[in-house]
Amino acid sequence: MNLISSSTRGPWTLFKKELLRFWRVSFQTVAAPVMTALLYLLVFSHVLESRVQVHGVNYTSFLIPGLIMMSVLQNAFANSSSSLIQSKVMGNIIFVLLTPISYLEFFLAFLASSIVRGLVVGLGIYLVAIIFIDLPMVHPWLILAFAVLGSALLGAFGIIAGIWADKFDQMAAFQNFIIMPLSFLSGVFYSIHSLPPFWQAVSQLNPFFYMIDGFRYGFLGVGDISPAISLSVVGASFFGLSLITLRMLKTGYKLRG
Amino acid sequence: MTPAIKIDQVHKHFGTLHALKGIDLTIEQGEFFALLGPNGAGKSTLINLLAGLLRPSSGKLSVMGFDVVQQYRQARHALGVVPQELVFDPFFNVREMLRFQAGYFGLGTENDPWIDEVIEALGLTDKATTNMRRLSGGMKRRALIAQALAHKPPVLVLDEPTAGVDVELRQILWEFIKRLNREGHTIILTTHYLEEAETLCSRVAMMKQGEIVALDSTANLLNHFPGKNLRLKLGSALPQSLSAMLRNEEDGEYMLALSEVTQVEYVLAELRSANVVVEDMQLIEADLEDVFVELVGRK
Repeated sequence: MNLISSSTRGPWTLFKKELLRFWRVSFQTVAAPVMTALLYLLVFSHVLESRVQVHGVNYTSFLIPGLIMMSVLQNAFANSSSSLIQSKVMGNIIFVLLTPISYLEFFLAFLASSIVRGLVVGLGIYLVAIIFIDLPMVHPWLILAFAVLGSALLGAFGIIAGIWADKFDQMAAFQNFIIMPLSFLSGVFYSIHSLPPFWQAVSQLNPFFYMIDGFRYGFLGVGDISPAISLSVVGASFFGLSLITLRMLKTGYKLRG
Repeated sequence: MTPAIKIDQVHKHFGTLHALKGIDLTIEQGEFFALLGPNGAGKSTLINLLAGLLRPSSGKLSVMGFDVVQQYRQARHALGVVPQELVFDPFFNVREMLRFQAGYFGLGTENDPWIDEVIEALGLTDKATTNMRRLSGGMKRRALIAQALAHKPPVLVLDEPTAGVDVELRQILWEFIKRLNREGHTIILTTHYLEEAETLCSRVAMMKQGEIVALDSTANLLNHFPGKNLRLKLGSALPQSLSAMLRNEEDGEYMLALSEVTQVEYVLAELRSANVVVEDMQLIEADLEDVFVELVGRK
């Protein structure tokens, strides 16, 4: 059965084009983030492996899921945001805007390609990491659920950033002043239980914390918070951001005058 | 027959700027139509409204009977737009871009023979697997036209397609566009090269400050402005008494606008009385540029 009909070929083509776009530069979009994550792993595990245990597991096993998820999230964001800002600055966004693709189809195509990029980078880091470390996988479906939902959330956020930003430096500000602090302060490198009560409370306002903790729970079976709560927060955040993104696309904000 | 384009009382505001002031325009199927006007007249705004890149403040636009807002899918299927800027996607080659563009419109491999035909007709065969980034300006322009045609639209809008294009390429492009028109495509053209509009287009709309100031067949527009031009090469400067008739001056040659042929006698009399020697003289028929200057330049 042919799943792609003439009515679904438009968004399917856009999805395929977005996949090819990042795959053509996979050295930069896949290999580089895998390399960066492994450098973090090398440095932090070398320094802390013998001194620190978190939730009763050694530090390297604690760190790897966090690093994988951080890279998944950052790359899912980078995929949709960089594609949109490049297309807007270069003007080739009109090739899509001139077509019968609806705002919902546009959203789904960009979202799906962001999810794929996030998962490909995450899988790359995982495959390299397990060569060196024996990493458990207690709840595989939770891992997949958090990886897909997390990259979808950041993919949607990337669409918002890509539509809103008019220049590359505005996009860099998004990346450096929102995405980086939220991902570094989310418990990738530590358990929030090691923080003073005030900073624990602040951490719980950060949606990245729930994505990292839930994802890590999938591997280790332990975490800072119940995975059900994390999944609910991530799901609700994705729903809220998707509504904002769809609203922007429907009204043509900064795309159709 | 359903008109190719129908525009009813379209207004467009950008903040306090009233860019289009109640445009009414109907373009029939199969026409070769020119949209002329100086920069800022509203031509590109009108095209962007037809293409769905802008939304009208009020009024309605339709392509092949489909409302561009309510029935945008059908309207966009019927329309191909060649943008003025040389935009391209640097990640892909020419054939990939054309396949993607056709795919956005729901067309798959069954459309490949048409893509091959367009590639060949526009002289892009050697460049079909070349990355868009590596194409020259002229080749990029051809690729843009090919992209607009990838889904075989019945209506093709070309926004300044020959801006910055050399003479040879311009000829190739026009031969191809004329062929499309002969095959039934409706062509709408904006251009600064008025001789192109005069040669190619059967009907012309002239725009100024968001309004259509003239809309007629090219022949009628020329007939309504029966004036002529007098080109003079003089031994000395043009007398002050003739400066009101001066259209332009270039390399010591003066072009005077005459409302009727009998004014030649007056010009010669003025030159004689000012002791100015006439070295060369030529009487030239008015062209679309004269009509354009007359209408658009009118206060």
